[in-house]
Amino acid sequence: MSREWPLWEIFIRSQNGLNHRHVGSLHAPDAETAINNARDVYTRRKEGVSIWVVPSKEITASAPSEKGPLFDPAEDKVYRHPTFYDIPDDVGHM
Amino acid sequence: MYAQMVKSEGSSGEQTPEEKGFQARIDAGDKIEPKEWMPEGYRKTLIRQISQHAHSEIVGQLPEGNWITRAPTLERKQILLAKVQDEAGHGLYLYSAAETLGISRDEMLEQLHSGKAKYSSIFNYPTLTWADMGAIGWLVDGAAIMNQVPLQRTSYGPYSRAMIRICKEESFHQRQGYHIMMKMARGTDAQREMAQDALNRFWYPALMMFGPSDANSVHSEQSMAWKIKINTNDELRQRFVNETVPQAEFLGLEVPDPDLAWNEEKGGYDFTQPDWDEFFEVLKGNGPCNKERLGTRVQAWEEGAWFRDGLTAYADKAAKRREAAATAAE
Repeated sequence: MSREWPLWEIFIRSQNGLNHRHVGSLHAPDAETAINNARDVYTRRKEGVSIWVVPSKEITASAPSEKGPLFDPAEDKVYRHPTFYDIPDDVGHM
Repeated sequence: MYAQMVKSEGSSGEQTPEEKGFQARIDAGDKIEPKEWMPEGYRKTLIRQISQHAHSEIVGQLPEGNWITRAPTLERKQILLAKVQDEAGHGLYLYSAAETLGISRDEMLEQLHSGKAKYSSIFNYPTLTWADMGAIGWLVDGAAIMNQVPLQRTSYGPYSRAMIRICKEESFHQRQGYHIMMKMARGTDAQREMAQDALNRFWYPALMMFGPSDANSVHSEQSMAWKIKINTNDELRQRFVNETVPQAEFLGLEVPDPDLAWNEEKGGYDFTQPDWDEFFEVLKGNGPCNKERLGTRVQAWEEGAWFRDGLTAYADKAAKRREAAATAAE
């Protein structure tokens, strides 16, 4: 059997001013074909103005088991939010 | 329903603490994402269900592809092409979602081509006239929507996202089908007869799409607990009949069921069940078009091999050239 085409992750900018956003993945032999295929698979209804394609194997992801060590420390730092601070109304908008 | 009779693989006996934690997350409405811990049964059942759904989208292109070159107008031809292209896209979204569970694309295609994996029974019926394009959009896509809308809330993230994307596009499919039916039902006598004939042939196969009654099915219970099935087959079938009968009346067409009657008490129609023996025969591979559909699909795959290999060879060569240029520049 022939070799399976590699997998690519597809990111689309829906309009200028917004970030590229991950929309899904597809198989393609190379980057150029991945872009062409992404156009057909993910932008049939004008969903985008720009496409990024990234080989899936090049993405390094955090492990689900690291979720605690990575993200829990942010939980008890309410002082990072503006609402933590009581400012008298007399001061006006701040 | 595009995935009929998906066997669910619940674990037998006591739940482990991990399984209990997993179920609690699902009960709380949490989404499960790839690489997170999940029971093996959940993973296997989802692969089976999502790939069956994907295969249905891919094989589903064939009955309609049959009419692209014979569409009555250029506009209808463009519309049908766009719809068939959407089905291809839907298949691809779903294959990608299934791949996040650890099965390769080639493995899934191999299962489809060898006949090991199933696809929806509906696509094993022939499309004999142009009116069938109307009936398929209206009834078949209508039934698919009925199943897919609740699945947008399914517990597995990639599956849910694929369903959301698909549902956004599916409404066009049903409306274009109904539009064809309206045109024909209000056309000449011959056109009206074609429309009625298409409804006669597709009504019961459409009802079969939801799968047999699962009121007593253990598999179904497990899948519902995991939120990879949201409603029972009977609920969805009833909902479909309730919505579709008035649409047929609007067309001035007759649903081919002499026992169809509004039941005030249950707030829905009483209707005749499809012939379940026929359903099981079609599922086993003995429907009117099983061999033709799978044959066409396998032929397309095999005859496209040289092209896929060519693109791979080109990509390999280009990569080597880039590598050589980079080395030379050093």
